[in-house]
Formats: sequence, C-alpha cells, structure tokens
Amino acid sequence: MIKALLGFLVVFAAWAQVAVPPYSAPVVDLTGTLTREQQAALSRMLQEYEARKGSQIAVLLVPTTQPEEIEQYAIRVGEQWKTGRKNVDDGVVLVVAKNDRAVRIEVGYGLEGALNDATANRIIREAILPRFREGDFYGGINAGVDRMMRVIDGEPLPAPEAPQPQVGGGIGQSLPILLMLALVVGGVLRRVLGRVFGSMAAGGVVGALAWLLVGALGIAILAGVLAFIFTLAGGGGRRGYYGGFPGGFHRGGRGGGFGGGFGGGFRGGGGGTFGGGGATGRW
Amino acid sequence: MDPRTSTLSRAWLALAAAATLLLSGCGYNTLQSEDEQVKASWSEVVNQYQRRADLVPNLVETVKAFAKQEQEVFTQVTEARSRVGSIQATPELVNNPDAFARFQQAQGELTGALSRLLVVAENYPQLKSDANFRDLQAQLEGTENRIAVARNRYIKAVQQFNTTVRQFPSNLTAMAFGFQPKPSFTVENEREISTAPKVDFGTGKK
Repeated sequence: MIKALLGFLVVFAAWAQVAVPPYSAPVVDLTGTLTREQQAALSRMLQEYEARKGSQIAVLLVPTTQPEEIEQYAIRVGEQWKTGRKNVDDGVVLVVAKNDRAVRIEVGYGLEGALNDATANRIIREAILPRFREGDFYGGINAGVDRMMRVIDGEPLPAPEAPQPQVGGGIGQSLPILLMLALVVGGVLRRVLGRVFGSMAAGGVVGALAWLLVGALGIAILAGVLAFIFTLAGGGGRRGYYGGFPGGFHRGGRGGGFGGGFGGGFRGGGGGTFGGGGATGRW
Repeated sequence: MDPRTSTLSRAWLALAAAATLLLSGCGYNTLQSEDEQVKASWSEVVNQYQRRADLVPNLVETVKAFAKQEQEVFTQVTEARSRVGSIQATPELVNNPDAFARFQQAQGELTGALSRLLVVAENYPQLKSDANFRDLQAQLEGTENRIAVARNRYIKAVQQFNTTVRQFPSNLTAMAFGFQPKPSFTVENEREISTAPKVDFGTGKK
C-alpha cells in the first residue's frame, strides 16, 4: 500500500516537471512575450552567428520551471537540445523563467573557458537584469546575446563547416555500398577480362556509380581509382585483399546530429554537451 | 590444408563464438561498459570537487581583506579543505563503501563551512560590492551546480550498474567475476548539497 503510494508519488513528481519543448527555432518563446518581429530578428542574428563562428546560442522563455530550480531545468534543456557542435560543445542556452523572475545562462563544456561563470554572471548582472527589471525582455535578451557573442568571438574555435552537409552525409552513407560493389564487380570482371583490364573496368564502373550516387566528380574519380587498385592488388593473396581495407576507408561518421532535414532553415542542436557551467540571476 | 588442423581450428572457432555468445548473453559486456561509465562519471565528480577546493584559498583571502575579525569561520573553512585534500580520491574509491562515506563526509563539511562563510560575507556591504568577490562567488555557485550535475549523473550510472549486478542472469556473471554493487550518494548529504547554493543570498535577494 505504502509502496504503491510512493510509486504514485514518484510518477507524479516525474510528470509534474515542466516539459522541455522541442528545439524548433533558435528562439523558443512559450510566454508570448516577444513579438513575431522580435523573435525573427533574434533568430536571424543567432543563425548568422552560427554560420559565421560555428557556435550555437539558443534562447528559451518559459512561464515557470517550478517545481524544479532553473538550474536543474536548464541542464535538462541543454541535454535535450544538444545545442552546439558535437565534440566542440560550443553551445549556450539562455533560459528565462518569467514568472519565477529568474534567468540562467547554461554554458556548454567547450565554452567554459571563454564564457566562464564569472563572465556569465557579469553579463546577467550588467546587460540582462537591468532591462528585465524595467520589463524590457527583448532588450535584455538582445543585449545579453550580443555580449555573449563578443566573448565567444575571442575564443579560437574550429571554423564552421561549409554548408554542404548533403554531400558529406552522402559519402558517409554510400561508402560501404561502394566498397561492396568494388569487391563484387572487381572479382567478376577480373575473372572475365583478366587482371589489368578487369581492374580498369572495375574502376570505371565503380567511378561511374559513385558519380551517380554522390554527385561529386572528384570523389567519383577517387572511388574509381581505389576500386582499380583494390582489384589489381587483390589477386593471389586473399589476406592482402581484405587487410588493405580498414586503414584507408574507415572515416568516422561525421557530426551525428547533422545530415537530415537541411533544406529548409533550422536544423536543431548539433550534439553539444553540458556539465552545469554558467550563471543564474534573479530580478 | 591438412584436414585435421582444419577441423581443430574450426572447433576453436566454434568455441570462441559460443563463449562470445554466452558471455554477452550473461551481461558480461554490459557489466564492463557500465562499470566504465560509473568510473567516468565518478572522475567527473572528483574533478568538480577539486575545482571547488582550488577556489577556497582565494575566496578566504578575499573575504579576510574585508572581515578580519571572523577568524572562526576562516579556520573552519581551511580545516575542512585540508581534510578534503587529505583523502586520496582514486577511481578505486567507488569500490570501497567506507572510503566513499569518508569522502562524502569531508566534502559535506566543506560545503557547510563554505555556506557559513558566505552567510558571514552578507554582513559586509563593501565586500559584497567588491568585483573580485562577486566573481569568486559566481565561480563558487557555478562549481556547486557542476557538482550537483556530476553527482546526478553518477547516481544514474550507479543505479544502472547496480541493477545489472542484482538482476538475473547477470547477477551470476557479476558473482563469478567479483562485481559488487557500488555505493551512491545518500539522501542526507544530497539535501546538504542541494541546499548549499541557496544559502548565498548575494544574487537572490535583490
């Protein structure tokens, strides 16, 4: 009986947490505080910054985070949104709990050096809180984000990736297929045409297929040449044939969160991680 | 190829495959990876506690400059810090419940002493408006929050590991390979930790 009651309480507590909304835009406002124009302006600023510097800054306005503290809520937002690039961890989430009169800057692991706790605290105290006290939420967020951008600008981070992730994803996905093709086609053609001619034919076929699949000529030629070499070298010693593969070809999957849905606008978090760094302010 | 060696190597292969299946089916691999996960999250906890301990001398010096007469609090903080420093926080600590409890105790004392220091600081308006003190206070708050996050992740990792150790059939594997349930943070010092950041009214009161 008591156990059942406790179980119910646990379930209730889990249910009572304020849910983290999906990361559907750089600025998510659940309070209706910002006008559409203000949201658009902020979003544009954040997306331009991401394109220029690579770092992702996200803004979330919620009415309340109760029964959780804003710190606990903000780390959940970071864990769920994965703001920032994978392995660079250069994401920042600015959470405003309007009715709790609390604001938090949650900083990803990669930015804890530049945007350290003291700096985050100063930004909150000097740029955000004075405007929030006057009810100017847009002004406070804008000034805070602006200060954060200038701080992050001073940090040497990897350059943002060129905006061609379809090609990147394409190679990653079709590589194994191309390899299998090179093996099968190469084996058959070598039997039929002899070693050198068979290898050349295999290289040509694989190259053409790669061009069709990936669409980039350079990569297609590379794939063709590799297929040629594999087929040529693959002759007598079977060991060598297999042994030759892993070194050259296994390039780790690139950026986990990217890939899908790139065509239209916002693509969500890039896979950044958070460890609880940042600062909280109340007004 | 000699047919006999061929059969022999085939038998070995089959044996290896069977062993792989058997061990992974019994949760051996799960135990290994969860054990690693516990270790990793434990080192994060230790890191963050170390970061806090590193902040203490600076913080004490800054407060001292404005509040010389509060000797008692300074002594408490310094003593608690040296007790924390005297405990070797090795990864093996998680396999020894007694050492783990001592570590908890010492860290809890430092938490208490630090929050008393911040309460004392409240009485000195000049100190509170000192830029250096404000930065240090922000760093301390941030570090306490990191500790809370690291502790939560450790608790989750241990929960998962202990479940595997106790569940059938992986409990048999755990017994055979000597995996014991690991200690986790108790509710008592959980409360201590989670209330500590709230004591500093510095940013909260205005």
